[in-house]
Amino acid sequence: MNYFHEGFVWLNDPLNWTNPGGLLDRLEEHLVISLWAVLIGCLVGWPLGIWLGHRGRGGAAVVTVANLTLALPTLALLTILPLTPLGFGKPPVVVALAVFAVPPLLANAYTGLRQIDPETREAARGMGLSGGQVLRRVELPLSVPYLAAGLRTAAVQVVATAALAAFVNGGGLGEIISAGFGIGMSNGGGGQIVAGGIAVALLALLVEGLLALLQRLVTPKALRRARRGRATAAAPAG
Amino acid sequence: MSFLSRAPAPAWPLAAPADGPGNPWFSWRYVHDNADEILTALQFHAGLTARAVIFALIVALPLAIVAYWWRPLTGPILALSGVLYTIPSLALLALVAPAVGTTRDTSVLIALVLYALLVLVRNILAGLTQVPAEVRDAAAGMGYGRFGRLVRIELPLALPGVLTGLRLATVSTVALVTVGSLIGQGGLGDMILGGFRNNFYKAEIMTGAVLCVALALVLDLLIAGAGRLLTPWARERRA
Repeated sequence: MNYFHEGFVWLNDPLNWTNPGGLLDRLEEHLVISLWAVLIGCLVGWPLGIWLGHRGRGGAAVVTVANLTLALPTLALLTILPLTPLGFGKPPVVVALAVFAVPPLLANAYTGLRQIDPETREAARGMGLSGGQVLRRVELPLSVPYLAAGLRTAAVQVVATAALAAFVNGGGLGEIISAGFGIGMSNGGGGQIVAGGIAVALLALLVEGLLALLQRLVTPKALRRARRGRATAAAPAG
Repeated sequence: MSFLSRAPAPAWPLAAPADGPGNPWFSWRYVHDNADEILTALQFHAGLTARAVIFALIVALPLAIVAYWWRPLTGPILALSGVLYTIPSLALLALVAPAVGTTRDTSVLIALVLYALLVLVRNILAGLTQVPAEVRDAAAGMGYGRFGRLVRIELPLALPGVLTGLRLATVSTVALVTVGSLIGQGGLGDMILGGFRNNFYKAEIMTGAVLCVALALVLDLLIAGAGRLLTPWARERRA
């Protein structure tokens, strides 16, 4: 409890928020990195998943990709990518996080298109819709809840793993924690470590809550009762 | 730059340079010279993973059974473990480490167990709920009590779900152990981070990363193999 008290004392000091490299600066870095990573993840994962789901092929490949990234430590990508031509700074961190955002987006987009009743698709075809029209007017609207579920899983995971960027000095809220360890626990760094932990945890829970709300909002009323729980569970938040 | 430069370069400087031909992504010489340290890290990593998954299983099994027997508790139990799961590992470690101490791996272990919990509870529960109602009725008709039915009928039939959960939990735990390098208790993660901090020694980073993925795949295959031996009926049905 002692350390928690110190953590709250640290959070209560306005200077810890507004200093250069303080909580607000780190929060902004954290959000910018996460936003880019999720955006890139969406640009790669969604079209691929939708295309594979529309064609109805590649399910095994989707599962394999999802399982392989589960075994890949975030730390490995975060340390390897800066040494490639990507260079140091934000780009390798964004790419590393985007790699972990793709599987949930891809898998949920694929599942979203595959779970559609084949009869619905047949009916749309029978009405004379072409392949592209079926995709745009029938399949995509019906898979919106799944796309939203994928976005939620991916975004929460990226926000959570972005904290690890501090290992390679990539910025973000994790820097508060590693700076606390830098001060050392016997020298009063314990409070800062706990404060950073609280900040990262709250941010992840907040993003989860907001996107759960978004998922509810975009799910048509008729589909709400039909589904239970999340579409597909993805890799844990690093 | 070749990815697998096996040849022991004759005139290497002792300190690894940041870039250039003297700093390959993989080198047998590094592996050979540091075999002891690599093995120690691998052992630590595998041991920590095993302990975390076993502890998580010990906690998850009763929780899943409680949620299975008293359905109203299913929601709260899954919600609570879901919240724990959403909290980032680094944050969890930062909250646990100052209180528990960083000289031992206890704080990493606690964080890993909390993480594996949700995967295991969810999959065990899924395995238990998919036991057909007729089977349960038949067991009750044969005179099994609640507990006997659970041990003799329901748990064996839920085994595929349990094993899926174990595999997912093990693979993700192997990857998550690396986060423990925040406090120097990350096994192969310490190698990865150590290589990064040691003037970007690529061979050390890559060896750690490759061993980490390999460990995950080997453990996954081992559990899958054990599962095949334990559930012979599932094999026959598939054939």
